[in-house]
Amino acid sequence: MLYREAGQFKTSYSADQAIFSIAQDRWFVMIVLLLGFVGVPLVANQYLYTEVFIPVLILSIAAIGLNILTGYCGQVSLGTGGFMAVGAYAAYNLALRIPDMNFILVFALSGVVAMLVGVLFGLPSLRIKGFYLAVATLAAQFFLEWAFARVKWFTNYAPSGSVAVGKIELFGFAIDTPDRKYLFVLALVVVMALAAKNMVRGRLGRSWMAMRDMDIAAEIIGIRPLNAKLSAFAVSSFYIGVAGALWGFLRLGSWEPLAFDINRSFQVLFMIIIGGLGSILGSFLGAAFIILVPIFLNQLPHLLGIPLSTAAVSHIEFMVFGAMIVFFLIVEPNGFARLWAIAKEKLRLWPFPY
Amino acid sequence: MRASAGQGVAAGDIVLSVEDVSLGFGGVQALTGVSFDIRNGEIRAIIGPNGAGKTSMLNVINGFYHPQSGRITFKGKTRSKMRPYEAARGGIARTFQNVALFKGMTALDNIMAGRTLKMHRGVLWQILRVGPALAEEVEHRLKVEEIIDFLEIAHIRKIPVGRLPYGLQKRVELGRALAMEPNLLLLDEPMAGMNLEEKEDMSRFIIDVNNHFGTTIALIEHDMGVVMDLSDRVVVLDYGRKIADGTPDDVKRDQKVIDAYLGVGH
Amino acid sequence: MLGPILETLIGGLLTGVLYSLVALGFVLIFKASGVFNFAQGVMVLFAALSVARLSEFFPMPIAIALAVVVMIALAYAIEFLVLRRLVNQEGIILFMATLGVTYFLEGFGQTVWGSDIYKIDLGMPKNPIFVLESVFPGGLLIDPSELIAALICAIMVVALAIFFQVTRVGRALRAVADDHQAAQSVGIPLNQIWLMVWAVAGIVALVAGMMWGAKLGVQFSLSLVALKALPVLILGGFTSIPGAIVGGLIIGAGEKLAEVVLGPVLIRMFDLAGGGIENWFAYVLALMFLLVRPQGLFGEKIIERV
Repeated sequence: MLYREAGQFKTSYSADQAIFSIAQDRWFVMIVLLLGFVGVPLVANQYLYTEVFIPVLILSIAAIGLNILTGYCGQVSLGTGGFMAVGAYAAYNLALRIPDMNFILVFALSGVVAMLVGVLFGLPSLRIKGFYLAVATLAAQFFLEWAFARVKWFTNYAPSGSVAVGKIELFGFAIDTPDRKYLFVLALVVVMALAAKNMVRGRLGRSWMAMRDMDIAAEIIGIRPLNAKLSAFAVSSFYIGVAGALWGFLRLGSWEPLAFDINRSFQVLFMIIIGGLGSILGSFLGAAFIILVPIFLNQLPHLLGIPLSTAAVSHIEFMVFGAMIVFFLIVEPNGFARLWAIAKEKLRLWPFPY
Repeated sequence: MRASAGQGVAAGDIVLSVEDVSLGFGGVQALTGVSFDIRNGEIRAIIGPNGAGKTSMLNVINGFYHPQSGRITFKGKTRSKMRPYEAARGGIARTFQNVALFKGMTALDNIMAGRTLKMHRGVLWQILRVGPALAEEVEHRLKVEEIIDFLEIAHIRKIPVGRLPYGLQKRVELGRALAMEPNLLLLDEPMAGMNLEEKEDMSRFIIDVNNHFGTTIALIEHDMGVVMDLSDRVVVLDYGRKIADGTPDDVKRDQKVIDAYLGVGH
Repeated sequence: MLGPILETLIGGLLTGVLYSLVALGFVLIFKASGVFNFAQGVMVLFAALSVARLSEFFPMPIAIALAVVVMIALAYAIEFLVLRRLVNQEGIILFMATLGVTYFLEGFGQTVWGSDIYKIDLGMPKNPIFVLESVFPGGLLIDPSELIAALICAIMVVALAIFFQVTRVGRALRAVADDHQAAQSVGIPLNQIWLMVWAVAGIVALVAGMMWGAKLGVQFSLSLVALKALPVLILGGFTSIPGAIVGGLIIGAGEKLAEVVLGPVLIRMFDLAGGGIENWFAYVLALMFLLVRPQGLFGEKIIERV
């Protein structure tokens, strides 16, 4: 009875096209936002901020980015780590070489740099599809990883090859404590998620999905494959680049290329498979799941009183993720997002199932 | 069924002319020296036995295949190599023999996608989705709702098309093509695999589209009864060659056509 | 100058043979089931780990025989738990499923067999041999174990080719590769065929794993090395056994030569901290190649029907 559509009549097409067309959904989102901006800062401690909230939020941005490319446009990429690295190193060099640049601008420009690189590596998608493209994106991953490890200019000739970032200031306000970092990231995430949602439900999003579902039919209604695919690569890499910059600056502080290796690519890919391909909400659910499971697994030996080495736990983590991926692909290829939708559908009828 | 309207339109100008088109894949010759034209506002049928080259002909017209020789003139412009999206831009829409819908998208989104070429707001506006961008989205939604009403598919608009029965999918596909407001609509076996009732509905839609919107239609169809009722003029292909061209009555009496359908020597 | 380059070339070709062997596993599975098996790399690691650990308790021949059994069991598990449940799914879903299998096997293999560096001793001659001493001063240095590996690989390829062309199972495999449903309708049992192919691919992985393991030691990074088979596939075409062989040789020789010839140039030009272009050269070469000839060297040209 609580989640009902009955009695809510849409009187215009703009109302029908709203993101949350049912009042309960709007309330729900309001509550989540309120919890995020007010609730979490009231209760969270440093550990929760740095190990849970900040990583989940940043990787959600990366997952949204990859979801646009893979979930919406149907182009599988294994180069996410490489593109995140582009964002991170671009931000590092921008902050280093142009002092006093506003950090919003730093992160935005690193997104733009990643976007350009992404489009460059997206060009092959015009000729090749499917696994061929997946292998081509591996080329991007390995080449970029290598470039940041070897080209000394990128790391400002740091002898160890690792880079460290300085203080982050925004309008004279230092973003140095975990709670400030969290709020900053949260604000960015809200803006970027909203922008993504608007893109995927507009003309751009329809042309991506058309490309994904049937590229031949997309062409006959006037969608240029060049525009559709490259715009997906561009938007996707922008998001992933910004996520990389945030990951470097707000999560790691100092890093080396290994932080963005191929396992990062897989991590983000798994987020969208488990969360739901072609769903913005799914990107968040997937990111939360992939971050929380290892934390849970690490606690498990303590809880059960079984002594397990960290190595053993990390192996179990691999097994759990692998099994989860296969499980979701078999049972619910649309991931958590679909489960959520089904739950809502059930609730809509509850307590009278017919 | 539509004798009166037919004669009036048959006098229209030539919209598309196909001159001496030949197309081959490796050793297989799909089309040999085919010429015919399509006049403004008419319903033109392309018929022929299996493997006659009908679908290849449509594929040449909307740019999937590029003929080895011959010319195609559409709205006064002769073109050599054209991509399908350029054909779309020129006003050619198309449906497929075995439904080519976007399976993961709702019926509504499929038809909205047909409006892509008519929408012009840039990426930034789409991101903001306020003011002009929202107005554009709503304006096109209105057009799409008109098509949805016309095709009587309002009840399925929010269902992903992959879950719809075949007959309805064909209707959604027609809706997507109509959303483009084409000058020339190519229909590849619009009634294949349908039962009698569905066929009648589809015939009605085709005639209405032709009458109300004045859309020129070229269609491939196997059901001879349907073809004879619907079309103003018929071109008959066999083994990639044109063997007859004329009104349904002329074609029906043509000895070569009768032979081709009965399988008498070539 | 020519001598060292020739030596690099030969070394590269011999490494390339090992790439070919891994690629062969990919091709087998792709041909028969249309599955792009990303897990082939980790299957190589898993097979090598099995042999290495089993040989600690059993004599080598028995260890190898047991490892064959392990790989067949693995094929059965994958067929039963994963593939059977994903019949008729799109290729890309199956591909992602093999990513899941990859992760699972990485964790599983190290949980069962341990995660240290292990040795496989096949008793191959270690001392390098020198050839063509009359042509080059000091002759060309060749590692005999690599030569033997190349020979074994050649035998494998011939055996597989015969298996495919001559036997009844081979014919069924080719039919399945062409069209799942048509093959099923003439009474070819799809599941058995898949099981068979994965088992054969597992054994190919075992051979590749033993060769690599004997050369580099058995460790986690082996699965990354095995990933190099992907560019090989692109070069050779996904469905071509000769393609896998030739592609492997080109990639193997190409990346070693690139490291020696191109490496120093790049280091000077871009002020690099060392070479290591081996890490990406194969992929970028394959990428360039894709743009020119998307179907690969020996792949069939795909005519898209509308």
